[in-house]
Amino acid sequence: MKKIEDQVTTVISIASLIGRVEAFRKGAYRLVQMNCSKIGEQFEINYSFEKDYRFENIRIIITPDTEVPSITGMYWGAFVYENEMHDLYGVQVKGINIDFQGNFIRTSIPYPFRDPSYKGEGPCQGK
Amino acid sequence: MSRKIVVPFGPQHPVLPEPIHLDLMLEDERVVEAIPSIGYIHRGLELLVAKREYPEYVYIAERTCGICSFIHGMTYCQGIEQIMDVDVPPRALYLRTIWSEYSRLHSHLLWLGLFADAMGFENLFMNAWRLREQVLDVLEETTGGRVIQGSCKIGGVRRDIPQENLAGMAADLSPFEHELGELGTVFLKDDSVNSRLVGVGHLSRDDAYTLGAMGPVARGSGVAIDIRKTGYAAYRDLRFEPATETAGDCYARCAVRVKELFSSVDLIRQAIDRMPEGEIEVKVKGNPEGEYFSRAEQPRGELVHYVKGDGSKHLVRSRIRTPTLTNIPPLVKMLQGCELADVPIIVLSIDPCIGCMER
Repeated sequence: MKKIEDQVTTVISIASLIGRVEAFRKGAYRLVQMNCSKIGEQFEINYSFEKDYRFENIRIIITPDTEVPSITGMYWGAFVYENEMHDLYGVQVKGINIDFQGNFIRTSIPYPFRDPSYKGEGPCQGK
Repeated sequence: MSRKIVVPFGPQHPVLPEPIHLDLMLEDERVVEAIPSIGYIHRGLELLVAKREYPEYVYIAERTCGICSFIHGMTYCQGIEQIMDVDVPPRALYLRTIWSEYSRLHSHLLWLGLFADAMGFENLFMNAWRLREQVLDVLEETTGGRVIQGSCKIGGVRRDIPQENLAGMAADLSPFEHELGELGTVFLKDDSVNSRLVGVGHLSRDDAYTLGAMGPVARGSGVAIDIRKTGYAAYRDLRFEPATETAGDCYARCAVRVKELFSSVDLIRQAIDRMPEGEIEVKVKGNPEGEYFSRAEQPRGELVHYVKGDGSKHLVRSRIRTPTLTNIPPLVKMLQGCELADVPIIVLSIDPCIGCMER
């Protein structure tokens, strides 16, 4: 089948995060998105960038209690993603330019995506 | 020295179809700073991947948005197909393109109507929505649904459009385009519209790019990014150029959407002309194992569906990044320095879709 685009994902250490993001910023890449996934007992955080339709992704893998540095110093608009990661997963992000202190996305329980308790209850389960 | 006060804007406001809150710090009538706040209608749709098997999740993905639902479903399917190396039949790709462009027409006409309503131009609002009905009629006739179509599935599409219907759709495009021309002329030439929009809510090209603006917000500031250029669905076979303006104000964003109406009509015409014969779906076996950032151009800009599977029936992660979320930081920038009376028009100029953004 035809691949729509090549997508490169590089796993990096948290120590090199700021340096890598700075390099993207200097290279005039735009920030496409940031997202967090819970894989086992760890969190994967993806930072996606694009320039001239070339998509690149860097990833850090952290434990739930790890503090992550904010990239809002380089990408001002990243505050929406960082507050979202905090409010849904409880990821602690240090130095966000606009820190909503947990009030960006209001949820009935704190950090609902951190430890979802159900799986496999769909109507087609077992069919 | 003038006194600073904070004025709350929203979450309920006459121009807002959905809730978003802004704390506006004012100096006299001028906005000095705007702090956005969302989260009133968060539904946790992404978490449902743990509850629904991956073919079922298409229905959830579609219900992310009540306007561009088809594009959500298609982008999700595209992500799974890329992971599983599914060869989608060309006819299905063309049908997806046609329905995507009808969705864009429907969304832009809805927005133009709301925008006219926000300006107090009721006849223009009614005209825009009258034309939108014609688009919804086509969607209903071809998919069975006006807003939620349910016509996309992993491996292709559920419904074909017979050749005679395609010919009828193509024939209807010319009178429809003529009516769009009349509507667009009022939006772009009318004095009262111009005086309300020109020079209001300025966003420079640099700010648009670095703050992550997408869709008509970015293209209205001269940033010619359009994800359709990556060539998903049938776009790699069709000719089009992203519609752009350079002024970066509310008028420019409106003008981009008006131009895109015509570009969508042209793309539908091209897709109908080149529609290949053949199957509309392939059977998909197995479960997805891998990950993909599936991207598509929604009416509001770039949509990203990140999907990750571990070989089981349930995905490990679905993440939906909608264009409204990425257009919030540019909105904050646009509001700085504007008059309080212009805030509703500026907020509406990014075409905010809050239900979509909050998921």
